[in-house]
Amino acid sequence: MTQNARQHLTRNEELIFERSSPGKNGYQLPELDVPEIDPARALGEERVRGGIEGFPEVSEVEVIRHFTRLSTWNYAIDLGLYPLGSCTMKYNPRINEAVARYDGLAWAHPYQPQELSQGAMEVIARLEDALCEISGLDAITLQPAAGAHGELTGILLVRAFHQARGNPRKHILVPDSAHGTNPATAGIAGYEVRNLKSNDQGMIDLEELAHAVNEDTAALMVTNPNTLGVFEENIAKAADILHAKGAMVYMDGANMNALVGIARPGDFGVDVMHINLHKTFSTPHGGGGPGGGPVAVRSHLAPYLPIPRLRRAGDKLEWSSDFPESIGRVRAFYGNFGVLVRALAYILAHGGPDLRNATVDAVLNANYIRHRLRPYFDLPYDRPNMHEVVFSDARQAAKGVRTGEIAKRLIDYGYHPYTVSFPLIVHGALMIEPTETESKLELDGFIDAMIAIAHEVENEPQTVLKAPHRTRVSRVDEVTAARRPVVRWTPEANIAPQTTAADLVGAANVQRPE
Amino acid sequence: MRYLPKSDAERREMLGACGLASADELFEQVPPDLRLNRPLALAPGISEYEIADYFKMLAQKNANGYASFLGAGVYNHYRPVVVDTIVSRGEFLTSYTPYQSEISQGTLQAIFEFQTMICQLTGMDVANASMYDGSTAVPEAAMMAVRITRKHRILVARSMHPEYREVLRTYARDQSLPVEEFGYDAESGQIELADLERKLDDQTACVILQSPNFFGVVEDTGAVADLARAKGALTVYTFAEAVSLGILEPPRDADIVAGELQSFAIPPSYGGPFAGILATREKYMRQLPGRLVGETTDVNGHRAFCLTLATREQHIRREKATSNICTNQALVALMATVFMELYGKQGLRELAIQNLSKAHYLGAKLERRFSGPYFNEFVAQGNGAPVADVNRKLLERKIIGGLPLREWYPELGNAALVCATEMTKRADMDTLAEVFEA
Repeated sequence: MTQNARQHLTRNEELIFERSSPGKNGYQLPELDVPEIDPARALGEERVRGGIEGFPEVSEVEVIRHFTRLSTWNYAIDLGLYPLGSCTMKYNPRINEAVARYDGLAWAHPYQPQELSQGAMEVIARLEDALCEISGLDAITLQPAAGAHGELTGILLVRAFHQARGNPRKHILVPDSAHGTNPATAGIAGYEVRNLKSNDQGMIDLEELAHAVNEDTAALMVTNPNTLGVFEENIAKAADILHAKGAMVYMDGANMNALVGIARPGDFGVDVMHINLHKTFSTPHGGGGPGGGPVAVRSHLAPYLPIPRLRRAGDKLEWSSDFPESIGRVRAFYGNFGVLVRALAYILAHGGPDLRNATVDAVLNANYIRHRLRPYFDLPYDRPNMHEVVFSDARQAAKGVRTGEIAKRLIDYGYHPYTVSFPLIVHGALMIEPTETESKLELDGFIDAMIAIAHEVENEPQTVLKAPHRTRVSRVDEVTAARRPVVRWTPEANIAPQTTAADLVGAANVQRPE
Repeated sequence: MRYLPKSDAERREMLGACGLASADELFEQVPPDLRLNRPLALAPGISEYEIADYFKMLAQKNANGYASFLGAGVYNHYRPVVVDTIVSRGEFLTSYTPYQSEISQGTLQAIFEFQTMICQLTGMDVANASMYDGSTAVPEAAMMAVRITRKHRILVARSMHPEYREVLRTYARDQSLPVEEFGYDAESGQIELADLERKLDDQTACVILQSPNFFGVVEDTGAVADLARAKGALTVYTFAEAVSLGILEPPRDADIVAGELQSFAIPPSYGGPFAGILATREKYMRQLPGRLVGETTDVNGHRAFCLTLATREQHIRREKATSNICTNQALVALMATVFMELYGKQGLRELAIQNLSKAHYLGAKLERRFSGPYFNEFVAQGNGAPVADVNRKLLERKIIGGLPLREWYPELGNAALVCATEMTKRADMDTLAEVFEA
């Protein structure tokens, strides 16, 4: 065991409902400066509820301790390397949190007069300009609330484009290496999903593609760099094949952290893409949201962008809904504005030159990991990578240890696991994305831990198979959780319904990037 | 660059370990003609002080120091300081979706408490870990109803938030789900039941209503649900003002509840990020989209939590998933969780009564367009000057007036949607009434 992790005490903490007792409270309201209204009289007795049954009653200090104790049970970027592939877990600068909380921004109401919203609108305008420059695309919407929401928006744009030419077309091509959201999105947008087999290098197979594309193809959804962390060197040729049949190229921007300042999707044939602000532009993941999923497009898709759109009128900015071909709204108001503020602050802090330098460091870190770990782990596609590297557990599996178990053992060494069992085209994948905000010291610690685990697999595989050993809870029973779902607290014993066998498929500890 | 933790010597050492002479060699896999062969046209980076200064300047260009009577889906409620204290902890702020349950128990337990309180608040059996916001929770609820009933028609109240309706139409269009609206009663502002009954048929998957509706009027969900049930349709209850549930009967007759939690300590933030909710009856649990946390035990028999029923989700089912959604709004939902625990059983009720009392004080001073019961906002009927003129006069007195409704509801003419919360001061209400009635 290296020195990176030692055990320390954490406090147990019940559910808040188990700490509640009647009459306690954690708030005080001011005296009413108007007469108090009797709810039954104002609303009608039948419309008024008694107290909210089961709601907790606790004091302020108990709330603080409750959540502080819970927080100590989490791993976080602030604690160390978080090498989840395709998730881009980089440092979240604190100035971004501070500026998003400035009164004039945090308390801006979306319906306040536009002449009193120019500051908020400038945030949006400036971020739009910066993201267009970075992506090499012509127009953008910041309305989508997350990456998957951006995907849906992007595919609706594609559909509107084809529809305007008389035929929405029938299917979307999705490579077998794609994120799960891609096929799910295509389905919701009313398209049939056709899987595209990768070539023996894990790349787009141009022949396969040429064979699959026809007049019914609406678009190809491609991730570049792909989920192996490799730049699709034939992306421009692939785009030509699609464009020749009138089909679009949709790019999943999950891996944009490999490209900023190096290459621009708009320059290699992409028509439409989403950008994950919570990945590339470092807005905090927050335990699973909020995110931001702007969608950038070439000019031929611009007429279909969601409304309202921002435009300049003299030295003022104004919202306009005068875009008759728009797909309409995908979210109320203007998107996750607070996330947009943070992303803009990130871009301003770096500026053009350091955005590129950040990309260089991200790619350097991933290649450094590949070189240092290749003597110990199998590299199914052994070639230079961009911002992430994918190993397989082939060597360890021979000893009965799989990627999921190596991941759990990594926790004992003080690191969050990499992405497990994804992409699907690599059997037993270990997908590692360090990001640029890791020091050499932190990377070396992680690499040493991985090497130590590789040795353990050889010499004492049981230690790895039973990991983690040093966490509060270990080997959580996810099968029972799915078979007898208990998804809320009740004062009585929980009686959960039986589940079907289908619910258990995939209930094993599998994680996917998003 | 202060966020890049390496010296040039370390970079050279690492390049050397990779067998590379320069950083440019890292990108040889990118074909030269596809590379960007110029610097990005973005100014060089600036210091933390300059960033703070720039955003301070932007914040000052927005409304500052105004009293506001705007609601319409985004409400001014006090945010207890404890909320930001907790969500600013790096262990919550900088963690990922809790897939690795052993080192994510904090987030998982917080979500489990959230799910529980959403059930208690709404009267439903199961709630997911949150949605992007209220406007996107509504189409997800509609799609859920379509899956459950295997019918395709969606009926939505014209008194639901206009932007929610627009989002619903965007989602429904390409899935060939016809969306049709039913009207409101011109006098009460409540749903016109006769119109709903006329439009309901046996192809209807669900009836969607909002309560309090966009006009602030409280609906009779039971009457709507009775009509829907008779035709085999589900009832989807939506709310935009969560504080109303501190005093209103929960929608026990609904099959799905889709709502917005912004009122629970989530800053208005020019419209987001917010947190939506989706809750339903137990029998429909497997049709819920989004994340769900369940309680279980670990290998030593300790209570533990984990993400569960993932087979509904995109990363397992791909194109057959219930939704393409993959995240929730964890950190924003945490704000709401902390808020609900601070206010608790008594506090939420008291808060709701304060809102009710303020709005009714103001309501008594203005001419209200609708007679139906209202919570903390209502439609004020302007009799004299156009709303725009009234609002201009109010701005001179540092007051942002009500929301003009003509654009969305031409039939309401010169009317404005006015909201009062616990933050609204009596003196400002008096001023508003004075200018409005002048």
